[in-house]
Amino acid sequence: MAAGIATGWLLRKRTFKFVNTLLIVLVWALLFFLGVEAGENPAVIDGFKELGLEALLLSIAGTSGSIALAWALWKFIRRKEGGER
Amino acid sequence: MKGSMIIVAFFVAGIIVGVTHLLPPMSSLGNISYITLCALIFLVGFMIGNDAEIFKKFRRLNRLYMLLPLMTITGTLAGCAITTLLLPHRSLSDCLAVGSGMGYYSLSSVLITQYKGAELGTVALLANIVREVITLLGAPLMVRWFGKLAPISVGGATTMDTTLPILTRACGKDFVIVSIFHGFIVDFSVPLLVTFFAGC
Repeated sequence: MAAGIATGWLLRKRTFKFVNTLLIVLVWALLFFLGVEAGENPAVIDGFKELGLEALLLSIAGTSGSIALAWALWKFIRRKEGGER
Repeated sequence: MKGSMIIVAFFVAGIIVGVTHLLPPMSSLGNISYITLCALIFLVGFMIGNDAEIFKKFRRLNRLYMLLPLMTITGTLAGCAITTLLLPHRSLSDCLAVGSGMGYYSLSSVLITQYKGAELGTVALLANIVREVITLLGAPLMVRWFGKLAPISVGGATTMDTTLPILTRACGKDFVIVSIFHGFIVDFSVPLLVTFFAGC
């Protein structure tokens, strides 16, 4: 991260349009490798059949709870920023 | 939308390749996913350094964004507490311990396995992997429906490393600092909260 910031700063006089493309390609690669790792791990695949529903329920509940509060904070900040202007 | 579909396709393709062993085992390839992640973090850093305006944006950032980690932790625990009602064989502290993983599946599953046994440890592993996957795949949709803070909140403890690149894409460069700050605080809360609830 620090190395990236330094490199970017040194080269700040030029613009790099390809960086965005490279970023998305790397995201694809990362997701692919994460998928391979999950698929190869018998504990994840076998476990999913038994405990998957429970785990899914808990992660969806936790996710929804944090979305709800993050949404509330987002709207609150928006309204405040709108009011100041 | 098309972007997320491509990402889902790559992830599913990866799972199929993993299950069918079409590739040599990942361990024989070294830390290829880790190297990919490092390259991604480098690029995010590059984009920050490359943007002359970004340091000014950091200073202009609203202090209220610092409340986001609190929202994440409270929201997650509230959601998991409600789930207890649907899972009669799990106690409240079991559900809260799993939820406190905040997507940090390696640490939370190891801790919970130690305190509560392998079964709940596996639930923690799966639940927190799913949370990370939801963040990676759903970030653009969450931005559209619930604003730019929602995917950062869902990302939990992972928003300063694993999910940072995708969040940068979904929320924009301006939110990199919110994301890192949030990840740092939530990361810190994981071992504390997991051991607290698992010890209950």
